[in-house]
This record gives sequence, structure tokens and C-alpha cells, in this order.
Amino acid sequence: MAPRSIPAVLAVEKLRKIYGDITALDGISFSVGHNEIVGLVGPNGAGKTTTINMVLGVLAPSAGTIEIAGVDIATNRSRALQDTNFAAVYAPLPGNLSVYENLRVFGLIYSVDDLAERIQTVLEQFELERFRNVKCGVLSSGEQTRVGLAKAMLNRPQLLLLDEPTASLDPAAARDIRARIHEFATQGSTGILWTSHNMYEVQEICDRVLFLSHGRILLEGDPRTLPHEHGKDSLEELFVTVAREPLSLEAN
Amino acid sequence: MSLTRTLAVVLRQFYLIRGSFSRVFPLFAWVAIDMVLWGFITRYLNSITAAEFNFVPALLGAVLLWDFLVRVMQGVTMAFFEDVWSRNFLNIFATPLSISEYLGGLVVSSIATSSVGLVVMLVLTTTIFGLSFLSYGLMIVPYLLILFMCGIALGIFSSAVVLRMGPAAEWFIWPLPALISPFAGVFYPVATLPKWMQGVSAVLPPSYVFEGMRTVVTGHSVSPGPILWGGCLAAVYILLACWFFTRTYRYAVRSGLLARYSAENLS
Repeated sequence: MAPRSIPAVLAVEKLRKIYGDITALDGISFSVGHNEIVGLVGPNGAGKTTTINMVLGVLAPSAGTIEIAGVDIATNRSRALQDTNFAAVYAPLPGNLSVYENLRVFGLIYSVDDLAERIQTVLEQFELERFRNVKCGVLSSGEQTRVGLAKAMLNRPQLLLLDEPTASLDPAAARDIRARIHEFATQGSTGILWTSHNMYEVQEICDRVLFLSHGRILLEGDPRTLPHEHGKDSLEELFVTVAREPLSLEAN
Repeated sequence: MSLTRTLAVVLRQFYLIRGSFSRVFPLFAWVAIDMVLWGFITRYLNSITAAEFNFVPALLGAVLLWDFLVRVMQGVTMAFFEDVWSRNFLNIFATPLSISEYLGGLVVSSIATSSVGLVVMLVLTTTIFGLSFLSYGLMIVPYLLILFMCGIALGIFSSAVVLRMGPAAEWFIWPLPALISPFAGVFYPVATLPKWMQGVSAVLPPSYVFEGMRTVVTGHSVSPGPILWGGCLAAVYILLACWFFTRTYRYAVRSGLLARYSAENLS
């Protein structure tokens, strides 16, 4: 008997989003495997956040399907999101609750086992112990980013969505956070979908990169070899080409 | 439906209230002022009118019961507004939390906060003005239940309106009870109203409560039919409010409003 294949952590099929006359996403398909970090890059307005919002169930697709660990989010939203979490710079945790209170509330929402112990672990992991009883609203943007990441890892998600997680961090803090996220992805079976405008970061941490432009995936591949495959010296140069001359790449 | 997730919404509200004087104070301050004001008005009315009629259970009791409904409604809307004010929709709705669990959390939060107001009102009106709930007999139980259900329905409906129309729409919500009270016959018999207003009263569950209450305090017996009908109407309104909220939420997810809530609309 052939072994049953393990479903991808995230399987997106022909995803489309239309707002009136505007096509925000034009039938994209991709997957994220276990222990895989996939970079989703592209110019502003390319459809990255739209994609993430649809995977999180806060935006309904016009067409297409999204499966998280084999569970269709359209028909079984709660179960699919039980093993998902996210961090985004534009979605800070409520500033009027302390770090501990926020983690406890979200820990209960995600039904985290041994919650007190788990909260302690993520507080230590992200060096947040001294801010345990500090309201999130008074933390610096970098500290708030760390709290958001602690919340994102609280339920040990199978799928982790990170929308520009290091955007508000200084280079040293960003490197540190990248290392922690990489460690998290390699230790368990988590798959990560990561958006960023920092091509150095994408090249360093992502196993695979998807270039999105005008709601379509133009390129896909290893971020370390992809630039050379398209006659570019760096990922950043390739990004600029995607942003300015997407048709030249589509022709290829 | 997960009880833990519902309790998480309640716990969030508890954390917010626990550490905030500006959230604790309104739980009892305004109802206390209302009771003192109407307490003295009823005492004055008792002193200038016929001795056989007591305004305390008829008028002060009515104000207390109406304030209870308003507190229940505000208990739901305030818990919902906390997510609006802290721009928390993305965090809260991108989780396994279902709409029924979320609404359940708002309702339980409201039970806790409105109970504080009810206890304060009872203590003040009983100790200072001699109001006794015993004067309503056992009917006080269905009266409170119907008003509670109406407050919940109104709170969920109001939350849906703000979800659909954006944060600025909360100004539509605060005057809603004042808009309903003339039709509900809080201070006077429904028969006082013109015919068309009586037609509106007939579909408002609180009007059955206040009519029944006045019947009890004048020493007449109350038939259970109208109160049962009021209870059924209140249950239907809760279902309709939940349906409206769910429909509004689905629209917000479909249109992108939920993900871009701070924009207030999508035009």
C-alpha cells in the first residue's frame, strides 16, 4: 500500500479577488510545505497583504480555495485557523492590555495547552520577561513587534504568516528575530509564509520565493539562484525589474 | 462552540475594567444619579397627590427597570467597542474564534457589568426610597428576563450597525434607548399614546413589561399571556440581531471592510 502523502501546510489554488473593476489577485496558486519558509515579495499593491488576509479568513476570495493542513478554510474556518497564527506590523496587539494579559487572552482563544508555561517560554524566547506587566501601548515599536511574534508562536502553529515582521526593527534586532523565527521553523513542522521588502532578508532566510506583481505570481524559485537565472546580479535588482518591467519577465 | 474561547472575550473585558477607573465608574455612577433624581421626584409626587397611589414602585421602579435594559445593551456595545477603539478586529477575527463564541463573550461580559448597575440601583432605591422588588411579586423574574433579552438584542444589533458603518456610527447607537422609550410606555400606560404609536408599542417587548408592572402595583392580577408574548418577541429579536450581525460580518469579510475597517467604507 502506498504511503499517504502529508498535505502541505498551506495549499492555495487559483485564488482570485476582485473589487468591482479591479482584480487584486488573479488566480494565484502556491503551497507552503512543512519546515519551509516561503517568501512572498512584490511591489506595494501587488497583492501580498490581500493574500495573507484571505489565508487568515478575514477576506473572502472571489474564487479559488485555501487549505491549511488539508482543512478548507471556507468550510471549516475554526479548525483551519486553530493551527495558524500571524504577526503583522499593521496589527499590533491592544495597547491597553499588558503583554501577559494579551498573551493569556490569545492563548485561551487558541486553546493552548499548559498556557502559563507556554507564556513563560515565549516571554523568555523573545526577551519580554521584564515587560510582562507593561501595557503594550507604551512599548517601543521593536518591542511591540516581539510581543506580536510571541503571540504568533504561542499556539505552535503549523502555518505562520509573517507580514513584514522585521519592518520596524533595527538591523541587529532584525537579525536576531530572523534567527529565532528560523529556529522555530526548523525545530517543529511549521511552514512560514513571509512577506518582506528586504531582499537581503528574503535571500538569507527563505527556502523559496514567490514574486507577485499585479495580482499574479511572475516568478518562483530559490532566492539564492533566481537572480542569476534571470540575468540579474541580486534579488534586489530582480525585484526592481518585477516592479518596473513585469512584462519583460512574463515574456520570458 | 468553545467555552474557553468565549471566556477569553470575557477575560479581556475583565482585564480592561479591572485596571481602569474610567471603565469602572460608569458601571454604577450614572444609574446611581438616575435613581437619586427619580427617587426625589417620586417622593415629591407622593407628597402632592392622592395618598392611595404610591409612585415609588410605579415610577421609580420603571426607571430602574429601564436603566437595567440600557445597561445590558451598553454592556454588549462597550465590550464590542473595545475592539473598535483598539483596532483589534484583525487580531481577534483571524483566530479560531467563531461569531457565536464572540457574541457569547459580549453577552457574558454584559451580564457581569449590568449586574453591578442593577445591584447599585437596588441598594439605593431600597435603602433611601423604600422601593421593594417584593411589591412586584414573582413577576419581577420574567420582567427582568425580558428586559435583559431586549438589551442583548439591542446591543448586538447596535454592534452590527457599527461594524457595517464604521467607528463614527457609535453616535447612532447611544440615543437608541431614548428613541424607543416613548413607545415602550416606560412612564405612562400605552393607552396614552396615539394609535400609530400603540402599533409600534405592540411589537416592543418592554411595553408588555411596563404595562404588567403598572397592573401589579395597582393591585390587579396580571394575565400571563401578554408577558409570554413579550418573552417570545424578545427571543425573536435576539435571533434577528444575531442573524443581522452574522450577515454584516460576512459582508465585511466579503467586501474587504473587515481587513480595512479604519477606512470606515470602501468607496
